[in-house]
Amino acid sequence: MRIGAVIRTKGIGKVYGEGTAAFRALSDVDLEISSGELTLLMGPSGSGKTTLLSILGCILRASGGSLEILGERADQLAEGELPRIRRETIGFVFQGFNLFPALTALENVALALDVRGLRRADAEKRAAELIREVGLADKSDSYPEDLSGGQKQRVAIARALAGDPPIVLADEPTAALDSTSGKNVIELLRRLAHEHGRAVVMVTHDPRVLSYGDRIIHLEDGRIVREENGAEQMESAFAVAG
Amino acid sequence: MGLLARRNLFHDKVRFAVTLTGIVFALVLIIIQFGLFLGFTTTTSNNIDHSNADVWIVFHGVGYFDTGRTFSERKFYQVLATPGVAEAEKYMQAFARWQRPDGRIENIQIIGVRPGSSMGQPWDVVSGSASALKEEDAILVDELYREKLGVQKIGDRVEIGGHRARVAGFTRGIRSFTTSPFVYASFKNSLDYTNPTSSEGDVGYILVKAATGVSVEELKKNLNVRLTDVDIYTTAEFSAKTRFYWMFTTGAGLAVLTAALMGLVVGVAVVAQTIYAATMDHIREYGTLKAMGATNSYLYRVLIEQAVWSAVLGYALAMIVAHFIVASSEKGGAVILMPLEMKLGMFVLAIFMCVVAAMVSINKVTRLDPAMVFRG
Ligand SMILES: Nc1ncnc2c1ncn2[C@@H]1O[C@H](COP(=O)(O)OP(=O)(O)OP(=O)(O)O)[C@@H](O)[C@H]1O
Ligand SMILES: [Mg+2]
Repeated sequence: MRIGAVIRTKGIGKVYGEGTAAFRALSDVDLEISSGELTLLMGPSGSGKTTLLSILGCILRASGGSLEILGERADQLAEGELPRIRRETIGFVFQGFNLFPALTALENVALALDVRGLRRADAEKRAAELIREVGLADKSDSYPEDLSGGQKQRVAIARALAGDPPIVLADEPTAALDSTSGKNVIELLRRLAHEHGRAVVMVTHDPRVLSYGDRIIHLEDGRIVREENGAEQMESAFAVAG
Repeated sequence: MGLLARRNLFHDKVRFAVTLTGIVFALVLIIIQFGLFLGFTTTTSNNIDHSNADVWIVFHGVGYFDTGRTFSERKFYQVLATPGVAEAEKYMQAFARWQRPDGRIENIQIIGVRPGSSMGQPWDVVSGSASALKEEDAILVDELYREKLGVQKIGDRVEIGGHRARVAGFTRGIRSFTTSPFVYASFKNSLDYTNPTSSEGDVGYILVKAATGVSVEELKKNLNVRLTDVDIYTTAEFSAKTRFYWMFTTGAGLAVLTAALMGLVVGVAVVAQTIYAATMDHIREYGTLKAMGATNSYLYRVLIEQAVWSAVLGYALAMIVAHFIVASSEKGGAVILMPLEMKLGMFVLAIFMCVVAAMVSINKVTRLDPAMVFRG
């Protein structure tokens, strides 16, 4: 058992569709995710990474198995309880940023606080702090269309942090970014884990980011096939290179 | 939440313009159709509604205003002698031939009433006066029909049923539901103009006013005891019967009403479609909100607020457009009425349509699989 595990799964499976159209996307996933670590989820396309991340984030229900988040059995909660779990414990970062184009950077972050019931003035004050934390103080009044990809993703990360969640889940957050912006985003996510003690799970295809992961979990055909810590991964990367 | 609703509406100006256009189109369409229906029904019973009488006595079986069947003057005296009657007037309604100064013939509908009576007078007289009907050969016509009747001003002379007539004044906005305009004359002259052929007598209708302290129902009862071969209606009853006849027995109104209901259906569909499309444009954002932990009720509030904003602005614009249309209809043969009740009703309808349409899309949003937000 890992120290400080905030997410625990046992025997998680997911079947999409029914009958002859049924498709098993995940099988028997046992996983523990710890605070203070950047966990990378890797695997070929269609291996179930997004499916697993959605289940961990309580936006998709598993077909079987148990899911524990901060000691609470999320798989046993009623549908109406899940928004609360997401608000209180999870921040999401998406490949496509999913910012609200009609809102400024600051307002995008403030919206996440509005969802949590903060008053407008408090929300804007806190949003300004978060925007500063991700290094975009001078862009807080810009609209998403006027920001670069890397800046958009940093706004999205500020938004993910709005509820001060112990868990941050990111699905290919660097896939749409150039390498410099991608590096900035990864470093930011790693800092969230290492300096703020959050559990950060990141799905990635990007071999450039491997060195940043504390743990790397490999999925294939919906199963965990291998797990390495960052150091091992570095070695195997060198081995391939050498 | 309020911020998101408003910003999303105004952010894409083209989309918002399309949404508003849809709502305005729908509302104006409904206003025109129902306004026409209202205009038609009001037109059919206009003379009854403006008669200022309490009771209308008609020949037995006469079910509506525009049908002619006369009876003996004797009944008029029986009415006068009935307890509870304050006033009674003979009233005439009949079709007649109008010969324009240039010789052309038009059909008209003569209304004959004693000049100076408190009942049955032409109203909204804009030049000349109703009391001028007591002058020799005097008639009043509506200015809407100047062209059709070939008269322009007071003093113009024409012939009706072979008798001389002289325009002594004009009314404004007294339309006829048939193609024959109303022409007002004294009761006496109206008999010359129309030559009633009935052997029964010369009286078309008798208008009655109840004495103070006598209820209309009581008056009806008293009259019923004394009179035979007539039907006795309150003004409201006869008005309703006339409207009903034109609207439903002839099928004319049914056509208008069907058009009005079609307008409602098309309008609702247009609004539902625009609001739905506007919601679907932002479906990914709603998915993101859900992933962020927004509850369904939060999403409801955003969507309903957007719907209400759209409804209010669409309504305001629709009212401006409708006012122009209503104003211009007043100069034409078919008036579009938009009374206060209709304005209020349209406001409620606008809000209702937009919110219902939003509800339909809400269904889509709250059932949305939040995993969609991850798709690139
Ligand atoms: N809603 C769904 N209905 C049916 N099948 C689905 C659904 N979502 C995903 N799948 C299938 O499940 C499998 C896993 O999908 P998932 O999106 O989790 O893969 P992934 O590892 O994230 O792939 P990628 O790297 O391309 O993003 C795929 O074969 C996919 O086609
Ligand atoms: Mg994926």
